[in-house]
Amino acid sequence: MVHYLIRRLLGLLPTLLIVAVLVFLFVHLLPGDPARLAAGVDAGPETVELVRRDLGLDRPLPEQFVRFFGHALQGDFGKSIRSQRPVATEIAERFGPTFWLTLAAMAWSVVLGMLLGIVSAVWRNRWPDRVGMTLAVSGISFPSFALGMVLMQLFSVQLGWLPTVGADSWRHYILPSLTLGAGVAAVMARFTRSSFIDVLKEDYVRTARAKGLGEPVVVVKHGLRNALIPVVTMMGLQFGFLLGGSIVVEVVFNWPGMGRLLVDAVDMRDYPVIQALVLLFSLEFIVINLVVDLLYAVINPTIRFK
Amino acid sequence: MSTPALDPTLAASADARAVRTPAAEFWRKFKRQHVALVAGGFVIALVLLAVFAPWLVPFDAEQFFDYDALNAPPSAKHWFGVDSLGRDIFSRILMGTRISLAAGFVSVAVGAVIGTLFGLLAGYYEGWWDRIVMRLSDVLFAFPGILLAIGIVAILGNGMVNVIVAVAVFSVPAFARLVRGNVLSLKHQTYIEAVRSIGASDWVIMLRHLLPGTISSVVVYLTMRIGTSIITAASLSFLGLGAQPPTPEWGAMLNEARADMLNAPHVALFPSLAIFVTVLAFNLLGDGLRDALDPKLDS
Repeated sequence: MVHYLIRRLLGLLPTLLIVAVLVFLFVHLLPGDPARLAAGVDAGPETVELVRRDLGLDRPLPEQFVRFFGHALQGDFGKSIRSQRPVATEIAERFGPTFWLTLAAMAWSVVLGMLLGIVSAVWRNRWPDRVGMTLAVSGISFPSFALGMVLMQLFSVQLGWLPTVGADSWRHYILPSLTLGAGVAAVMARFTRSSFIDVLKEDYVRTARAKGLGEPVVVVKHGLRNALIPVVTMMGLQFGFLLGGSIVVEVVFNWPGMGRLLVDAVDMRDYPVIQALVLLFSLEFIVINLVVDLLYAVINPTIRFK
Repeated sequence: MSTPALDPTLAASADARAVRTPAAEFWRKFKRQHVALVAGGFVIALVLLAVFAPWLVPFDAEQFFDYDALNAPPSAKHWFGVDSLGRDIFSRILMGTRISLAAGFVSVAVGAVIGTLFGLLAGYYEGWWDRIVMRLSDVLFAFPGILLAIGIVAILGNGMVNVIVAVAVFSVPAFARLVRGNVLSLKHQTYIEAVRSIGASDWVIMLRHLLPGTISSVVVYLTMRIGTSIITAASLSFLGLGAQPPTPEWGAMLNEARADMLNAPHVALFPSLAIFVTVLAFNLLGDGLRDALDPKLDS
């Protein structure tokens, strides 16, 4: 297992390096001069030159990259152009709300999605299946920003049960996490169903039934564990989807998280913030996929010894 | 003097046995998927609506303003109501069909063609090709989809064309992986060996013999992907990065409607429904295609 972990970690290094290079090059791909962007529109040519030297933008590219990478490793991404505060501080404030929102959405959507999937598979082609799969296909077809607006209109504006915007109490988390998780729950339901249907056709399930086990035992003990293997992989992919989805949902609910910070930063061409956020988002995604792979290896021993 | 091969009765009996071509087999299974058939019909209707929208709209989508009916609910004159600037929502939705369908089709088509090509090369040659293509797709997969699109739009600037480019880029690795996997399992089959032994070139093998074997899964994935891409494009416009007002793009319309949610929720309702129904149709069609093309579900 340790061997497997080390091999997976080493395999990540090239990907991480390329991601870092891309994020670094991002500034140079932007239209216009980054020094001018940083100095502001009103700055004279002398100021622009000063800023250029100050940020090291006059150095050769490889040297700039080493500098950028070294600073990034220490969590230093420079100052936000918009607020003039350190990027690290800006992001630190926004990290918590996004993290908890994503986690809340993941928790309910995985549980509900898998439950729907199992119920649909067990009662295949009967009414629970039809209801479950109709819900699921609607879930993947309804855009999250529209769902968020509908939920807000219904529960906050019309009924007044829940707060509309902000992230102050647990009640603030209900609507955004419902909005964010709906798509994931739908994908999980569809995926769990097909995985479960495959497993229920296996010989060992027939054996379990033949030796007189009750259906609940067959489904839970013999079906679930085997059906879970592909489902866990799907979960990892979906977490990435949630990270991306949070960007849209945060804008709808005016959520003080990293997603909204990113949209504002793109709007203002605040490139140090964009760089740091893109790097952080993809790092998070890579780490989650690693965790999923490890979980996968725990559930399915054949992977470890390949 | 008739030779047996030209005997008309023999030819007729061969016809009656109905040669089971893959296309006939596909149609036999697909036409039993009633939901998917309806969805497919709906998609065709949408395409026709999009093509003829400029001649069908009752009012100009951008230049007509009914100042006496600001935020008016649906009526006989304005089927879907009027927005806060006095524009006819029905006309705007209809014109928006063109934008959303174009965004979905073009981005996915570009992504599918490039991805399929890379997947063929990676799967067929393996070695360096494979390593480069897989590494690149790992890197693209390291960014959650919409984040990559936002990054690309940040570089290229706001606008619908750039959104389409961004969505196409992040469709490429998914198709590349799908095709590569299929090619890896197909290329050791006897028929490929046979083609190779009669001296066919690599390109002939890839395009004439491997591609048809993988095309069905590409088509299924493509159909599903169009739905996702329409949502992504609309999301980017909703965030203000794609189509800009007054363009009647559905996501942009929703963004504009947010300010007036209290007085006029119907302004947001119809663009939401338009996206939902369109994406739903593509997803249901994709489900039906998958069920008709997947040999695993035969039993």
